[in-house]
Amino acid sequence: MLKGSLGLIALSSLLLSGTAFAQEKIKVGVTATLEGTYTVLGEDGMRGHQTALNVLGKKIGDKELEFVVASTDATPDSAVRAVRKLIEQDKVQILLSPLSGDEGIAVKNFAKTHPELTFVNAASGAQETTYVDPAPNFFRYNMDGAQWQVGLGKYAYETKGYRKIATVGEDYSFIYTQVFGLVLEFCGAGGQVTNRQWVPLGTKDFASVIAALPDDVDAIYLGLGGADAVNFLNQYQQAGGKAHLMGGSIMIDQTILSSKGSAKNALIGTIAASGQADTWEDPGWQKFVKAYQDSFPESKRFPSPSLLATNYYGSTMALILALRQVNGDLSNNQAKLKDALAKIEIDAPNGKIKLDANRQAIGTNFVTEVVDDGKGALFSKVVKVIPNVNQTLGYDPAVFAKIGLPSRTVPECKKY
Amino acid sequence: MARFIERHPAWALIVIIAVAVLLWLVFAIWPPGLEAAIGRKRVFLNAVLNGITLGGLYFLVASGFTLIFGLMRNVNLAHGSLYLFGGYVGYAISTWTGSWILSFIVAFIAAALVGVILQLAVFRRMEGQDLRQTMVTIGLSIVFADLMLWVFGGDFYQVQTPSWLIGPVQLPLLTAIKSSGEPVFLQYPLVRLVIFAASVVIGIAMWLALNRTRIGMIVRAGVDDRDILAATGVRIQLVFVLVFALGAGLAGIAGVVGGTFQSLSPGEDTRFLLASLVVVIVGGMGSIPGAALGAVIIGLAEQLGSVYIPTYAIVVTFLIMVVVLALRPQGLLARR
Repeated sequence: MLKGSLGLIALSSLLLSGTAFAQEKIKVGVTATLEGTYTVLGEDGMRGHQTALNVLGKKIGDKELEFVVASTDATPDSAVRAVRKLIEQDKVQILLSPLSGDEGIAVKNFAKTHPELTFVNAASGAQETTYVDPAPNFFRYNMDGAQWQVGLGKYAYETKGYRKIATVGEDYSFIYTQVFGLVLEFCGAGGQVTNRQWVPLGTKDFASVIAALPDDVDAIYLGLGGADAVNFLNQYQQAGGKAHLMGGSIMIDQTILSSKGSAKNALIGTIAASGQADTWEDPGWQKFVKAYQDSFPESKRFPSPSLLATNYYGSTMALILALRQVNGDLSNNQAKLKDALAKIEIDAPNGKIKLDANRQAIGTNFVTEVVDDGKGALFSKVVKVIPNVNQTLGYDPAVFAKIGLPSRTVPECKKY
Repeated sequence: MARFIERHPAWALIVIIAVAVLLWLVFAIWPPGLEAAIGRKRVFLNAVLNGITLGGLYFLVASGFTLIFGLMRNVNLAHGSLYLFGGYVGYAISTWTGSWILSFIVAFIAAALVGVILQLAVFRRMEGQDLRQTMVTIGLSIVFADLMLWVFGGDFYQVQTPSWLIGPVQLPLLTAIKSSGEPVFLQYPLVRLVIFAASVVIGIAMWLALNRTRIGMIVRAGVDDRDILAATGVRIQLVFVLVFALGAGLAGIAGVVGGTFQSLSPGEDTRFLLASLVVVIVGGMGSIPGAALGAVIIGLAEQLGSVYIPTYAIVVTFLIMVVVLALRPQGLLARR
């Protein structure tokens, strides 16, 4: 009896002292593709996230941020599973998720079943996520795949003189969105897209795809990422391929440009467009690159942050700044936070970002060309910087709506 | 062969017609109508050759898997990990020494050693307990995957193809005749042909070793009835270790091959485990010729599928597996 009550007293004093000392925590769930084809992308995304925490700190007033990480494999069901686990088991209040296009659409739909929580998109870039029936509690601080291609079509047509191109892309929403942006601009300028090949995400053997590439085109556009991109390049080289290449935003990216082996050399001189350019002179970008490089030993990072690192950095930054604006107030179903997130304008490393009425980023886009730095490392060099790119790509919203949603065959190759 | 024709004349006729059509497709110049209907001959020929060469890679992985299963009734679900491990070792060796050939030898030895350790430390302790062994191998494959992720990270690695293997060669197969009457021959990546030739050599060597040598006789006897074999005084445990080492070593070699014409990254282990499972299910568990046939069928299905029905390409291999399981559940070339 005595023992029992003593224990009780000890326990309660422990609990009391616990509440006296422990800071209140804000729990944030993060997902990244740490498995499968896009592993490298997920890892570098997390590096960008970590860099943001190193730069900005985890303190929100007198509260502290706590992060719980869950892994996905770029499939929508894995993303929903991870997000659900974070909410139900880890009791997170805010989500920083997801990384990949199809995941984004699924998580956005899932967000509607938890209207009380806040979802900040980490890096996914399918158009549909914020364009069709957006969730009021889902915020995206990176541009979508089509926005990331702005400038490429015109540059290819006018400066490079490409008239006919063919595309090879992974068969899912983000790449549909990228090809959408490319085709709209390239065909709008007068070019022709003769052939669009789609391969499943995770394809390893591209030999037959390479054999089926048409000969009579000026360039081949590659909308591939992660392991798929490396495999394609490797086999393209083995097959003796010599065509001009054009790249999507995760194709011409440090995730591929830093891969081991010589396959990447096929990309030297390739033109591409993305939400960032490795060699941009802007001081904000250079500062971010430095912060990224200082956060990790050289063998555990890329020479320069990938698009994923930049996106995770930007979304983490937006979340922390918005939380600080409202002093970590999550009462009333996080209403104040959501309001702050919708209004906030961030000075992201890759240019100023603000949100439109659908809570979709309006930002800066870059046309780039791959160069060798002379020591065997490849970087994307800025060719053109295009500010204020919105989701309708400068089209009148009514006209844009008529084009249809990105898919294997949409948009048609014509002037809208 | 003659017996088969006597017993199944209808089937034999279908097979002969199919082979004739295939030969015609490969060697004839396609008439314009056919090209309009199913695309250029170059694409078709490439897909067929790719399927066969990819089958070579699948065979290397699956033959070890099926050998281990055939003798020890052990479904080694850590086989994919051995593949990836061999690939990483091969990568390390080839970048360190610059020798592609050496990377095969070292990868074989390294993977075989892991196999020996697995057999001695794990499987020997739970002999005859199929379910337990299977569960343990699943566990081990997860542990291995995380260890390799820890050491090698999530990056993509490619084993450097030696310079004399880069680029295409001209094959004596006509793809078209130009309007000037000049014939156009098929260009094909040399490295894939070399790798395919190597896997054929390995396959034949394995068949000879199993069917023409004393040790092969012991292994075959062990497949049929290992208790009786042990009772005749053969040191069966030693045979088990040897076979496990060989099977694991083959997976290691396959890892280097896969790293040369595809790439190595986390997740490849499960992909090749799945591929070898499908191959041996189609070909017949425990049968080496079955693994060869299954590998070529799956390779062809994947490549032809990716060209002619890209949307459903992933499904085709599993459809084949379903059909085989429905019509001939023991596999195409299984004895029992």
